[in-house]
Amino acid sequence: MSLEKEIHFRVNGNLTSVEVPVTMNALAMIRDRLKLTGTKRGCEEGECGSCTILVDGVSVNACLMFAVDCDGRDLTTIEGIRTAEGLSPLQKLFVEEWAVQCGFCTPGMVMQGTYLLSQNREMSVEDIKRGIEGNLCRCTGYKKVIAAIAGALHATPRRGEEKEDS
Amino acid sequence: MTVIEKQTLIGKAIPKLDGPKKVTGEARYVQDIELPRMLFAKILRSSRVHARIVRIDTSAARKLPGVHAVITAADTPGVPLGHGKDNPPLKSDKVRSLRDEVAAVAAESEDIAERALSLIEVDYEDLPAVFDPNAALLDDAPVIHESHPDNIPFTYEYSQGDVGQGERDSDVVIEDKFTLHFVTHCCMGVSGAVAQFDADDNLTVYSQTQVPFLYKKDIAPIIDVPPEKIRVIQPSIGGGFGSKLDIYPFEPICILLARATRRPVKLTFTREEEFLASPTRQPVELTLRSGVKKDGTLTFRDVATVHDNGAYTSWGATTPFVIMQTISSLYRVPHCSYRTTVVYTNNPYSGSFRGFGNLQATFAVESHMDKLAEAVAMDPLAFRLQNAQQPGETTPQGMVFRSCGLAECLTTAAERSGFVEKHARYSRYGRGQNGQGGPVKRGVGIASLLHVGGGAKIYRSDGCGTMLKIDDYGHVTVLTGASEIGQGSETVIAQFVAEELGLPISSISVVNDDSELTPWDVGVHASRTTFIAGNSAQRAARKAREKLLAAAATKLELSAEELDLREGNVTRADTGEALLELPRLIRSLHFAKKSEVVMTAEYYEPPSVPQDKEFKGDVSASYAFGTQVVELEVDTETGVIRIVKVTAAHDVGRVINSLGIQGQIEGGVAMGMGYAISEHLLVDEGVIQNPCFRDYKLVTAPEMPEIDMHFIETLDPEGPSGAKGVGEAPAICIAAAVVNAVYNATGTRFDSLPLTPERVLRRLKNHA
Ligand code: FES
Ligand code: FES
Repeated sequence: MSLEKEIHFRVNGNLTSVEVPVTMNALAMIRDRLKLTGTKRGCEEGECGSCTILVDGVSVNACLMFAVDCDGRDLTTIEGIRTAEGLSPLQKLFVEEWAVQCGFCTPGMVMQGTYLLSQNREMSVEDIKRGIEGNLCRCTGYKKVIAAIAGALHATPRRGEEKEDS
Repeated sequence: MTVIEKQTLIGKAIPKLDGPKKVTGEARYVQDIELPRMLFAKILRSSRVHARIVRIDTSAARKLPGVHAVITAADTPGVPLGHGKDNPPLKSDKVRSLRDEVAAVAAESEDIAERALSLIEVDYEDLPAVFDPNAALLDDAPVIHESHPDNIPFTYEYSQGDVGQGERDSDVVIEDKFTLHFVTHCCMGVSGAVAQFDADDNLTVYSQTQVPFLYKKDIAPIIDVPPEKIRVIQPSIGGGFGSKLDIYPFEPICILLARATRRPVKLTFTREEEFLASPTRQPVELTLRSGVKKDGTLTFRDVATVHDNGAYTSWGATTPFVIMQTISSLYRVPHCSYRTTVVYTNNPYSGSFRGFGNLQATFAVESHMDKLAEAVAMDPLAFRLQNAQQPGETTPQGMVFRSCGLAECLTTAAERSGFVEKHARYSRYGRGQNGQGGPVKRGVGIASLLHVGGGAKIYRSDGCGTMLKIDDYGHVTVLTGASEIGQGSETVIAQFVAEELGLPISSISVVNDDSELTPWDVGVHASRTTFIAGNSAQRAARKAREKLLAAAATKLELSAEELDLREGNVTRADTGEALLELPRLIRSLHFAKKSEVVMTAEYYEPPSVPQDKEFKGDVSASYAFGTQVVELEVDTETGVIRIVKVTAAHDVGRVINSLGIQGQIEGGVAMGMGYAISEHLLVDEGVIQNPCFRDYKLVTAPEMPEIDMHFIETLDPEGPSGAKGVGEAPAICIAAAVVNAVYNATGTRFDSLPLTPERVLRRLKNHA
């Protein structure tokens, strides 16, 4: 039996605690324990970006992070991006621009886009392309994903999207 | 008086209907399905490429706590699956490739199932194996299937005219050999299924299939469940591209485990397993000989191909149907002959993949067209235009081009990209004759394509059903047989319905994921959904429209011709004056003395015909054409190719959703680029060497070139609002355009793919 550890953290604003095997990765914890299945498992090898989440505001491949390392951190998954007010400006643009086809890469793309927008609101198209280099998409050819992120630069940022001074 | 202007939704940028659930993570894929008491399944695959199974011992695995069932071939009905019906879901006598399924486990967790697999003992007795299809054709080659001692499951032969005559008419004859490699779909959502039997032995499968109705019929004997007891639910599908057209062993295995345990069972692949055990695009060796007159007229084409079928027969074996269309009918060729031998090997087996053989055929034909043009000293554009098909033509293979924008695609792509001038200039520079002395050479290349754009009548019917009802709030539910695999069929179907009924798109819901509710359809393939399901939906909506207008006419004491439906109202057709709200009209029908509901149904069958025994016939109701010009740079020191710009002109019949169609082209270009320059499933003696995204290179965002798109609207007479299918077309001709551009840049011509830096460099060195 592998060793279990109890950890406490915030996910999408709520405090949570779970007991997880020390060998479990954060993606398995998020999907299989917390049942937040919006975060996708595309490869589990850090190669596709489908599992992108924010940890303390920084984008991370959840499959490359140990679950126990979430202890004391602040996690945002795709389920935390739409608020009671509705879709985030970036999510709206993904829908309007058809940045979505099969949609499997989409949660990861939205998370990465959200992260990029929180870091730099003066990105060039080249910056955006490089910023999503680690997110694979087999359907769209990336063009509309890039357009959606570029479009969001001109939309009013929402909480979580502004650059946080720290 | 309220006046409502007539609006149209056709050609508009309507947002994708399933967008909100996909951008929020709400969409559920097979991986996300969870049912009470659900077990998890894993498959034990062969560790040998070709071997006799001497013994399987599952006793230790069965004893592991948490294991609920272990099955082998003995626990199956023993009926083989796949297009060739030569692939038992679990193998009993022997294994023929590394992916072969030998046993399977259902357990309380994936970890336990995994551990149980390691406890299964299998003794093999190795057999000689063969990996090169040409070697497999030799008399003393190992036999893969005893039913086919020659290793040949299929051959195809086609001819038109008299090739001998064509040869005599030629001033120049050229022969080339092209070799195409293994690639694979790489759907971002890996394969999987969830199966559940109820107390009455009804089976529900959560499946990724893109052909739900044929699926029921095909899977029934393999699992010994009558088709009428099978319900197929399709959760959101994480990419199809043809891969989900056939049934593969994992699904019957999952179902058989559910029956053995009487509990829901879920089986999902890992990414590595997806690389190792999902279908591939079939490797083809193609020898092409053709002739031309001095004036640039094509005279004949003589083609022989050898297909590596792999160990079993899935749809890959039938790609010659499409290959021969491009060979016989992309350009006018009076004399043509084509022979294919499909050969069993111990390699991974090939399925259907976007383009269905056409990437391979077009690569050969369009590379060769450039060589022929050069041989008669014509520029590649003029040569193609001279031989291009025209509207109204019936090709010798029997295809009728009721609409055909090939010439316009060629001229548009060439003009917008400055092709002719650049081609002449770069070819001087590239050969180092006239400046541009640096190591980076620029080139342009052109290539065109022909593909079915209105389905393909390979079954008795190529039709699709629609059922439609309007409720008393004016909300429409459309039940369609057409599956949504990400391509956007749902949105396009809603647009056709909203257009007919004068309703906003938000008034339409589309139900397309449950075989218990939806009417029959052949499935997502042959670029048929917009065309066939669109026609079906449009006609069902038209029937509802007629019904509503007739009822309104009676109520308003006007004639139906004087009325229109606009924005949820009955209006006067001429002035647009709003007369009656649609919900009120519908309620009045519900509450009338002779009450009725507003429901319609339609089955659309396209006017195409099956091919005859000689492969002739008008197999599709419409044909799509396109031309792509690629401008690229070749770094002759590193071998790196950078695609700078793609100018794409496509005959789409009519644009229905401008964003949806752009998305198909952008995605197709990316996929075609991968085929041309980066993707290569390396198979060495039957073993896949690069089963991960680190080593199998998909195109990423920074590599995407500028794409300049042009839609040629030829208004197909049979298409819904004039549209034709364009799902596959954009991926088809780019590899040929890339190779032609590399030749333009460097003077070196490649006859195989992909043009990875190592291969380019090696070839340029040898050439120099
Ligand atoms: S699943 Fe984490 S990067 Fe692919
Ligand atoms: S939308 Fe299908 S993988 Fe990106």
